[in-house]
Amino acid sequence: MNGALAGWLQIALLVAALAACYIPLGNYMARMFTTDKHWRVERGVYKVIGINPETDQKWSAYLRSMLAFSGVSVVFLYGLQRLQHYLPFSEHMSAVPPALAWNTSASFVTNTNWQNYSGESTMGYLTQMSGLAVQNFLSAGVGLVVAIALIRGFTRSRTDKLGNFWVDLTRAVFRLLLPLSVIVAIIYMSGGVIDNFSAYHSVTTLSGGHQTMVGGPVASQEAIKNLGNNGGGFFNANSAHPFENPNPFTNWLTIFILLVIPFATPRAFGKMIGDNRQGYALVAVMVVIWLAAVGGISFFEAQGAGMAPHLAHGAFEGKEVAFGNPGSSLFAASTTTTSTGAVNSFHDSFTPFGGGIALFDIALGEIAPGGIGAGMYGILVLAIVTVFVAGLMVGRTPEYIGKKIRPAEMKYAALYFLTLPVVILTAAGLSIGLKNPQASILNPGPHGLSEVVYAFASMANNNGSAFGGLTGNTTWYNTVGGIVILLGRFAPEIFALGLAGSLARQSPVPASVGTLDTRKPLFVGMLVAVILILVGLTYFPALALGPFAEGLH
Amino acid sequence: MNRLPSLVRQHLAALRGLLVFTVLCGIIYPAVMFGVAQAAFHQQANGSQVSYQGKVVGSSLLCQEFVNAKGNPLAQYFQPRPSAAVNATDKTDYGCDPGFSAASNLGPNNPTLVQLIKQRQKQYAALNHVKISSIPPDAVTASGSGLDPDVSPQNAYLQVNRVAAARHASPSAVRALVSRFVQGRTLGFLGEPRVDVLTLNIALDQQFPLASGH
Repeated sequence: MNGALAGWLQIALLVAALAACYIPLGNYMARMFTTDKHWRVERGVYKVIGINPETDQKWSAYLRSMLAFSGVSVVFLYGLQRLQHYLPFSEHMSAVPPALAWNTSASFVTNTNWQNYSGESTMGYLTQMSGLAVQNFLSAGVGLVVAIALIRGFTRSRTDKLGNFWVDLTRAVFRLLLPLSVIVAIIYMSGGVIDNFSAYHSVTTLSGGHQTMVGGPVASQEAIKNLGNNGGGFFNANSAHPFENPNPFTNWLTIFILLVIPFATPRAFGKMIGDNRQGYALVAVMVVIWLAAVGGISFFEAQGAGMAPHLAHGAFEGKEVAFGNPGSSLFAASTTTTSTGAVNSFHDSFTPFGGGIALFDIALGEIAPGGIGAGMYGILVLAIVTVFVAGLMVGRTPEYIGKKIRPAEMKYAALYFLTLPVVILTAAGLSIGLKNPQASILNPGPHGLSEVVYAFASMANNNGSAFGGLTGNTTWYNTVGGIVILLGRFAPEIFALGLAGSLARQSPVPASVGTLDTRKPLFVGMLVAVILILVGLTYFPALALGPFAEGLH
Repeated sequence: MNRLPSLVRQHLAALRGLLVFTVLCGIIYPAVMFGVAQAAFHQQANGSQVSYQGKVVGSSLLCQEFVNAKGNPLAQYFQPRPSAAVNATDKTDYGCDPGFSAASNLGPNNPTLVQLIKQRQKQYAALNHVKISSIPPDAVTASGSGLDPDVSPQNAYLQVNRVAAARHASPSAVRALVSRFVQGRTLGFLGEPRVDVLTLNIALDQQFPLASGH
């Protein structure tokens, strides 16, 4: 079969599989967060935590529980890394240095999984398994429950209650993430992903040399790493490492599981608000943007522009033979449009425009389909901005899903949108302007600027992939990066929950002839346009001086 | 409990929650998965190790170096792709080191990468007596992991004459061996055709043994 056709078939199978999961998985998620039945094991958890599962929380109480949980998690994970040399199963790894441990714990608690370390030479098995992988579950769960709380803002009226954070989180883990992880981990193992606790040891190679054999409980961690859009590799090479992603089938499966929950969440939204067509409209926006990213990266990587790819007869630096350019491009587009950040090929070595699209995907704010939960609340905020813009055109008070978008709601939405560019551009600007951070850049010219902008866009949007040439393990990038990561996660979540509270207090307004129908293709087109224009204008200078300058040179 | 300020109570609840989930997702779940892996997928879960003459010589999923003490390629073995997985503090580490999986991260217009590719093309052309224009990209670019076990079929076939000459074997017999080791796309359309270098070299040693003393 011809290579390009095989590449397109790979995408077609993916789209078909995702479409097949949209309704059943979305319906299941909606049911899971609306049923009033508790599982016995869940009641046990509530007892240990010491909460009453029937208590409904106000948005501020929901937020405080979420922040307390995340805060405690940051401290716990920091402590685990700093003390790992005293603990068992640590493979003789020494304590993680303070700045790096701070960056890593902020990164994993926020679903970012930006990594300034190499797993195989920094983190013991216990830290990976009982620290990092646990946050892979919990940070995904937290993202999802914030989205559910925001959806309840639309479904509820004249109330200040949004549900119970602990109940939502526990269900996200027990009913969704854990069972799916078990299935995926078993498929991974059968494909060759390792899962052992063997100590690193040396073997004599065929020609008489020596090679270190590495090990670790990888399959169990790999499953939730991808399913929860975390992306933090067990090993430095992440999903390019053959022990994490051994063959073209595991590669395809990995891409599928990165996308499956985020793409099914609009269905859960549609189901919960009782209007499935609203879910279809949002998922259509996501699909359009994701497919454009897939097509764009695939095209530019296959074309192979740039001096080095020309010389080598192809853009193949940083890619694996088994995945080829199609499998690497599809992965890159999917990991950057979800907030995953796992990589099976290295974006720093991509062609200028291929890498530029990866950066643009992240800058879009992770909404197409975005990270688990985070993509859903992100696109809901942008939908509100869109009906507001449409309302301005015709001079009417905008509404969305039966709720008026008043100044209070718009303030939350605007704050949500403005946080990330301010954080990203400030941190990137300082890093370019100051001498020390500038020295971390590997590649000369405009590409070096792309490395820095990519780094902060990735950290603030909780993606975690990198233009890996940038030396991140410095006091500056560890410290400032940790702050950027926390701001990029929790500021938008605070605004999303505030928005949810404000919406829930309203009485529903019945749709009238003047109401913009947000189920129609017109709205889908407007939402896509608002997303592209907002992001395009915000990041245009940085993108022009980085990828564009390099690509058009 | 109710005497404690609510801020403290909240964080204690959060801590209890975190501990429950740590036991569940961070100890029980990986332990059970480890059990399943070892019971049902022993070979894969332990790194898909391969043996030669009864001794483990590596993993079919990891490349390994076939070089002499000076780091020059051994003509009698098929050569893997260039690798950036190197322990920088070890002067005799030439790549494919699983303790240091890594990509070069060099950008598409980086002069260093351009130089590296030119140099690799020259070496590959000289070693295999082939024209630079015939060398496929995978032979002159470093993989993302630095551990890529595969080369493209084109890359393997270009090495046949050299390997056959070094082993005093017939090129057509070696070529036939290579063609048996070409893996096609999974299901006909997933991934790219490829050749696993280590398992090919093991078969080579079995079928065309080197004269003793090599």
